[in-house]
Amino acid sequence: MFKEEVKGLLYIALKDLKMYYFKPPNVSWGIMFPIVITLAFILRNPSDAKDLASGLIAMSILFAATSAEAIVIVFERRTRTFERLLLAPLSLQAILFGKVIGGVIFGFIMSSVFLVGSVIFLGVPFSNTIFLLASLALSVFVFSAFGTLISVAVKEIFDATTLANFFRFPMIFICGVFIPVSALPSFLHPIAYVLPLTYSVDLIRFFITGSYDIVQPTVCVIVLIFYSIVLFYLSVWVLKRRIEQ
Amino acid sequence: MGSDFIIDVSDLTKIYRDFPAVNHLNFKVKRGEIFGFLGPNGAGKTTTIKMLTGLIKPTKGTATIQGKDIRTQIVKIKKTIGVVTEDSNLYNELSVFDNLQFVGQLYGVPKSNLKKRIDELLKRFDLESKREAKFAKLSKGMKTKVIIAAALIHSPQVVFLDEPTTGLDVLSARILRALIKELKALGVTIFLTTHYIEEAEQLCDRVAIIVNGTLKTVDTPQNLIARTDSKNLEEAFIEITGLKEEIMLVEKEGKR
Repeated sequence: MFKEEVKGLLYIALKDLKMYYFKPPNVSWGIMFPIVITLAFILRNPSDAKDLASGLIAMSILFAATSAEAIVIVFERRTRTFERLLLAPLSLQAILFGKVIGGVIFGFIMSSVFLVGSVIFLGVPFSNTIFLLASLALSVFVFSAFGTLISVAVKEIFDATTLANFFRFPMIFICGVFIPVSALPSFLHPIAYVLPLTYSVDLIRFFITGSYDIVQPTVCVIVLIFYSIVLFYLSVWVLKRRIEQ
Repeated sequence: MGSDFIIDVSDLTKIYRDFPAVNHLNFKVKRGEIFGFLGPNGAGKTTTIKMLTGLIKPTKGTATIQGKDIRTQIVKIKKTIGVVTEDSNLYNELSVFDNLQFVGQLYGVPKSNLKKRIDELLKRFDLESKREAKFAKLSKGMKTKVIIAAALIHSPQVVFLDEPTTGLDVLSARILRALIKELKALGVTIFLTTHYIEEAEQLCDRVAIIVNGTLKTVDTPQNLIARTDSKNLEEAFIEITGLKEEIMLVEKEGKR
């Protein structure tokens, strides 16, 4: 049973990758947007380039993992193709996990491209490759699950994009992507602590620079695992309610 | 295991807020029969199919399919049933082959058999020339054939067909009816909903009539016609559902 569920969810992920992910709009959101924003900051202060690497990678994860993930289920529910998945002999958890894994694979590839780009073009050093890649994977899972939650919570694609941006844009300015959280006004700190991107940025920063801004790496890992579980099961719960409506 | 009945519906109820869409249904479907599930629009036919196929959960009551309970063993049930829903639910962007392959993979059809099974179905449905065609590019009739092929990919023992001939041209509808008979000959149990009462009369061994979520009767078309002293199943249906007065009223309005 477990083996069949794993196989099923992988087929869902592969189908999503083929149909939705490696398409121009996703590539532009997942690659172009983080590059353009980062370039703007680098041009303003070229000496910051290395410090921006962790933020750039975290931002690429955020946008790559959520851009398609936030609309895939809304789209499939509108075209009734999601019903096809619901009719299959798979649990709801397996179906949604397959959806999340599609986003995880795409997000991981995109963020790896940024990682390699940061090493080549920005001269970013990093020491612990395995831990760094593991932290990318964990972060990608969180944001893919976040995209899934948005996708099951709304009815229209337009609403999904709006809701995703409502969270994404403030996050890139509050969570230490460009400006360390410690350097932000203190009234923004509680918000930064609530948002998962803060922990992704600090964890990636630790494995690139060897130091962190406000949260210890162990705490970052625990918080990101906590967000993964909460966002995934919240998606399952919301979808169950939606289906019964 | 050896029961004559493959589907056993017991007190099946679905309530949306305060509205009972399906109300205490009780009926049984015999193994290998074509069972028609008829009713006017909004009678609760699709809601019943959705409960039996695990898309939604019953508020009360339950049903068993091959002895397995829809409340507790729905994943096991899904392996043995095929479903053709009212709407096309295959992927427009994928080819006919890719759609069938994906559905086969979801149902756990072994890799070694899957290609052979797809070829078999494409041949049977006369779709070989459309193998690489995008699903979106097919005609309505062709799409229906692919959807049915997808529902049969894992060789199910029960097939639910929800309004399968709606919107089909005469030829495609005829082909589909012939196919339903062919499935029955292979021992597959068919649970069919349709708006076309004549179609039900032609195809079904027994029919159930549901009105406002409540089951009115279950019997063979011949018995229903005889019981209501009607000329055909359509007349019997009108009599049983209480639509006679509404139709007379509409006809009266039309004459003015």
